[in-house]
Amino acid sequence: MEKKPSVFQKIYMALIMAFFYLPIVYVVFFSFNRSKSLTKFTGFSLKWYEAMFENRQIMEAIGYTVLCAVIATVVSTIVGTITAIGLSKSRKVVREFVNQVNNLPMLNPEIVTAIGFMLFFTSLRIQTGFTTMVLAHIAFCIPYVILSVLPRLRRLDPNIAEAALDLGCTPWQAMWKVIIPQIKEGIIAGALVAFSMSFDDFVISMFTTGPGVSNISIYVYGAVKRVNPTINALSAIIVYVVTIILILVNVVPMIRDRRRAKNAEKETA
Amino acid sequence: MKNFSKLVYPYLIWMVVMIIVPMAMIVLYAITVQGNDVLTFQFTFDNFLRFFNDEIFPSVLWRSLKMAFITTVICIAIGYPAAYFMAKMKPNSAAMCVLLVTLPMWINMLVRTYAWRGILSRTGLSAEARVYIGMVYNFLPFMILQIYTALSKIDPSLIIAAGDLGADAKQTFMRVTLPLSLSGVVSGITLVFLPAVSSFFIPKLLGGGQYVLIGNLIENYFVSTGDWNFGSAISLIMAIIILISMYVTRKLDTDTKEAD
Repeated sequence: MEKKPSVFQKIYMALIMAFFYLPIVYVVFFSFNRSKSLTKFTGFSLKWYEAMFENRQIMEAIGYTVLCAVIATVVSTIVGTITAIGLSKSRKVVREFVNQVNNLPMLNPEIVTAIGFMLFFTSLRIQTGFTTMVLAHIAFCIPYVILSVLPRLRRLDPNIAEAALDLGCTPWQAMWKVIIPQIKEGIIAGALVAFSMSFDDFVISMFTTGPGVSNISIYVYGAVKRVNPTINALSAIIVYVVTIILILVNVVPMIRDRRRAKNAEKETA
Repeated sequence: MKNFSKLVYPYLIWMVVMIIVPMAMIVLYAITVQGNDVLTFQFTFDNFLRFFNDEIFPSVLWRSLKMAFITTVICIAIGYPAAYFMAKMKPNSAAMCVLLVTLPMWINMLVRTYAWRGILSRTGLSAEARVYIGMVYNFLPFMILQIYTALSKIDPSLIIAAGDLGADAKQTFMRVTLPLSLSGVVSGITLVFLPAVSSFFIPKLLGGGQYVLIGNLIENYFVSTGDWNFGSAISLIMAIIILISMYVTRKLDTDTKEAD
């Protein structure tokens, strides 16, 4: 299949990438604009960044977003992993049932899941706010954790856990020292999905949060009604953070591999 | 070992409370009269009749379905060639392209949609065109990645075999590559059509409130009007239509697979 890409293919891919990155570059560029305009660049300035860091609402929104994502990730990863381990040992009926029900929020439009939560919390007379938002995030994250852990468990040799038990491990020890280390990658992948889903969520957060509690998405949604260049600065900072993290995640293993290869060469030499 | 299976029980309870009960609440609200108490409710079909007898609501639903359908078609038309070219690249360049396509997806959707406002305000495009650009922009990466994954799983020896057996490039593509990549197209459709039908912040941010879709209707009935019963009925109608279209799409996929 590998061939040198033709000129047409190169241009096509370049256009696609231009389409993907044009708005991102645009918003970063205008975050340095001196004036309020989104169309005319009048000079370089960092004042929107300053304004952003001084804006209490934005800082609070960032805080709520991070806190909510951390709690939702930790809880959903623990619950999801434990449930997946249980599922791998339960009867097929139970597994199928959990699968089908977990599919509901994934197949349903987000807004439907969101209003379901809202109706549920308000009928129970629970005041919506940060707690209800976190509960909803945990609920929509767990299925993704289960989905990423379960395939790893299927590949696991069931005899290993049995052997651990025969050799005198308690079930908890067998789980901690034998099963968990072998499904570590699935757990980490699930946690990453949970974190990014929670961090970026808008629809479910909007319907489950209460007065005074906004995450970044809700803040942006509410603030764009007026021309507000601090949003450019906020967007630009999100772009910087995501880019740096993705470069680190992709480049660090490459450097490590190269170093390892070099060390291996030295050892053989 | 069997006692590990008990670990599922807490989640079974959680799942019933946090997934099944909320879904049931939507159905309950949709078929009851407004202003009910939790214990004394009165059943009605008026919410559904009101929706379909109205002049505007069915056309908004139709517009949302049409828009999601066209967005999906555009994403396949643009995304398939891109995924195909990526699958033909050297592994390093392909990995680079996957990273470049993935990176924007990590940036908050609201922020990415907002970012288009400045550019689009310079063009004289209609509200509809702006919403289309926002939709394609948000959902195209999903389509490209799904098709790319399906294409890169195709065993290259199948392509060589087709060539050895006398198929030209076009025949090889139509009869080997395309059918084998359809599963990717189908999962791409699921990931584009579904969120596109119900999207409400893309039309709101880019259409400037002039372009109302079904998601905006639902949002209005819950946030502004406070008529939750009617809002639930609209959500239920939308959810059922989406479930049917997803079922049909998947059925088509398995049927074509069985036919091969």
